[in-house]
Amino acid sequence: MLDLLWLAPTLPLLGFAVLALAGARLGRTGAAAVGVGSVGLSAVVALAAGVELFQLPELSRVFTQKLWTWFDVAGLVVPFGLHLDTLSLAMIVVITFVGFLIHLYSVEYMAGDESFAKFFAYMNLFVGSMLLLVLADNLLLLYLGWEGVGACSYLLIGFWWRDPANDAAARKAFIVTRVGDAALAIALFILYRHFGTWQIQELATRATAEWAVGSRLAVWTAALLLAGAVGKSAQLPLQTWLPDAMAGPTPVSALIHAATMVTAGVYLIARTHALFELAPDVQLLVAAVGAATLLLAGFAALAQTDIKRVLAYSTISQIGYMFLALGVGAYSAALFHFFTHAFFKALLFLGAGAVILACHHEQNIFQMGGLRRRLPFVFWTFAIGGGALAGFPLVTAGFYSKEWILGQAWAFPGAGPALWAAGLAGALLTALYTTRLILIVFFGEPRTPAAASAHAPGWLITIPLAVLAVGSVATGFLEMPEWLGGASTFGNALFSVFSKTPDGPAADTEMALAALATAVCFAGIAFAYWLYGPGQALPRALASPAAAAVASFWRGGWGFDTLYRTLFVRPFVWLAALNRADAVDLIPAALAAIAGAFHRLVRLSQTGRVRWYAAVIVAGAIAILTLAVWR
Amino acid sequence: MTATVPVEHVIALAAALFALGVVGLLVRRNIMLMLVSLEIMLNAAGLAFVAAGARWQAPDGQVMFLVILTVAAAEVSVGLALALQIYRRFKTLDADALDEMRG
Amino acid sequence: MQTAFYLAAAIAIAATAMVVTRRNVVHALLYLVLSLLAIAVVFFTLGAPFVAALEVIVYAGAIMVLFVFVVMMLNLGPAAVAQEREWTRPGVWILPAILAAVLFGEVVFLLGGAGGPNAGGLEVTPAQVATALYGPYVLAVELASLLLLAGLIGAYHLGRRGKGSEDEL
Repeated sequence: MLDLLWLAPTLPLLGFAVLALAGARLGRTGAAAVGVGSVGLSAVVALAAGVELFQLPELSRVFTQKLWTWFDVAGLVVPFGLHLDTLSLAMIVVITFVGFLIHLYSVEYMAGDESFAKFFAYMNLFVGSMLLLVLADNLLLLYLGWEGVGACSYLLIGFWWRDPANDAAARKAFIVTRVGDAALAIALFILYRHFGTWQIQELATRATAEWAVGSRLAVWTAALLLAGAVGKSAQLPLQTWLPDAMAGPTPVSALIHAATMVTAGVYLIARTHALFELAPDVQLLVAAVGAATLLLAGFAALAQTDIKRVLAYSTISQIGYMFLALGVGAYSAALFHFFTHAFFKALLFLGAGAVILACHHEQNIFQMGGLRRRLPFVFWTFAIGGGALAGFPLVTAGFYSKEWILGQAWAFPGAGPALWAAGLAGALLTALYTTRLILIVFFGEPRTPAAASAHAPGWLITIPLAVLAVGSVATGFLEMPEWLGGASTFGNALFSVFSKTPDGPAADTEMALAALATAVCFAGIAFAYWLYGPGQALPRALASPAAAAVASFWRGGWGFDTLYRTLFVRPFVWLAALNRADAVDLIPAALAAIAGAFHRLVRLSQTGRVRWYAAVIVAGAIAILTLAVWR
Repeated sequence: MTATVPVEHVIALAAALFALGVVGLLVRRNIMLMLVSLEIMLNAAGLAFVAAGARWQAPDGQVMFLVILTVAAAEVSVGLALALQIYRRFKTLDADALDEMRG
Repeated sequence: MQTAFYLAAAIAIAATAMVVTRRNVVHALLYLVLSLLAIAVVFFTLGAPFVAALEVIVYAGAIMVLFVFVVMMLNLGPAAVAQEREWTRPGVWILPAILAAVLFGEVVFLLGGAGGPNAGGLEVTPAQVATALYGPYVLAVELASLLLLAGLIGAYHLGRRGKGSEDEL
């Protein structure tokens, strides 16, 4: 089955081709079958390949497959090659499996939409590109997948393009991530210039051998790679596009902007970790960016009124945790958090989608309420997902993955405790906003007739919710700390990729840290209950204008949109407006004007009068005679 | 008994008549008079030929004059017919009125 | 005989000048006839009696008569004379006079003044002309007749009246 690895990205791409060319003719069932089936088959291939991969001995748990040579020009040879190790295996299992569930969900969610086939075409293209990204054995192919997912993100955010606000959101996403993409491209140029190749494994070994730790080249390359990752993963300072990207349909938000595409940056840094280890300052910067982002996004999530925007800022915050882990060298912890986060964040988004659908496309949480009684199944799955997000102790996957990260952060020499403190504060915020969300949406009384008459979803929605809920709990048990039994499946699996994971804290320190985190989680839940529960302490607290101003500042994402608008957008628009009359067009216009003027001049000689023509003939004769006279 | 005149004088006479014909063609607006000026010019050209024939004592000059005469006759008949048509259509013999070919 | 030539030349030039400047078309035509007759005399002095006769018979006799016929047919009247007066104001003459003068001057310059061979002297008899016409120039004669045929047909067709214009000429 490993030889059939190439099927994994190819099947969704084929699905895209079929749906793009003949989607309209297939009908709803046919389009759904192609769209969901291709990703499902791809998941089967991925799982089978994984099983076979684990049968290889641990230290050589790698499978490479070169499909063909992409181009071979002037000494630059780039193959179309796939590289499967446990890191990319973890990625493709998540992408295809969670992707399959989300595709299944979309069949019901998008059932009433007129562009049904187009939706699945784009989604398939996305899955195919993402799989290419993570399976690529060279950075150029990775960049191809990178750009592919960026394009699909644009297409899917702007899926309901008739509303100009959605177009604007899609453009914003594309342009902001473009900044990161440009940085990534420059990093690729630098790497090629120095090593003449883009093969990732080769780069890792040669860079470690040839570049000194902390050398300028290593620092610049790592910094540019970080910039690319920051753009795609919506971290500071390029995080502004993700909340607006919620303009796309909810399955899109679940798949692209929660589980997979935004984690491409995490994958990139994990893949090129050798380069980051050559620039420790940049690696520390990764952790700092993660820490700052998780706090900023946590505060912003507290003040949102749109259910999807809460989850968007939550995603930004959780990816901040992953960056934090990458920054302290705990790559396996970062990937584990990615793994669990994919499950519970997709669950939360799909649940939010079910809620939105049930309330007749209402997204404002303050127009909901009391949905616990009308949508019990959705409530329970959402609660499981929310618990995982908040890190509810022992029974949720989020607890274990977040614990691992926080433990590794504490044990990091130097800035470790500061980073740990930021992570802990973030956990408090996470518990706070998650409980707030659940309380406002599912508890209390329905605030509108739409919420009062919410109808339960069908099986195509509930089954994915159920599976993801099981995943949100079960995946946690892949990696449990020492004092709880010490399962290490995930870490061991990734050992073949990241041979040097840092030592965690001692077992008793770990237990203490876990206890602190548990306390923080419960404190957050209690605080939120006090603010938003039956007592409704918050409206009184928010009565002061200072508090309201702070809340509105957080709701606007800490003013980054305004900042960027003033710094970049306004000057650019002003510059463009300067040239509104299009000065450059003057040159061809001048040529046309000259031709026209010349024409009018010559036209004067065509009077239509015989006498004038006769006079000209005589003058011509005189001219010729003059020539004869002078010779 | 014929005169012996310097051939330059005869050609100069022809040139003078031709120049007068040119003036007439360029000045007069009446189509009739333009045709008349054309006749003058043709006649002057024929005179030049005859002078050349007389200089060389050969009949060729006179033969050329005969041909020119034929051309003038044909041209006059067609031209006058055209002038008649123009007068019928435009009710005027003003050559400047016929400027629809202007661009 | 030379005085005859110069006299006839002077008359021809004067008469042609009158043709060009007359306001009444009929007057101009009559002056042209005079000019043609003077040219015929010039031909005669140059020893070309055949073309002198032809000039009188064909040019002054047929072509000019044709002109006179058409002008009479048009029947323009005093209004036309007044119009001609308006069209031939002095300012109109300047530029054509300059052009014609330059042309004349250049031709005279190219002639290079007197001192060359003389024209005239011996008469070229009609018999010689006829021999030339039926000898080397027989094709020219045929072509001339074709040309006349074309002119005839063209003049007939162009001069025809259209369907609704019986009331004019």
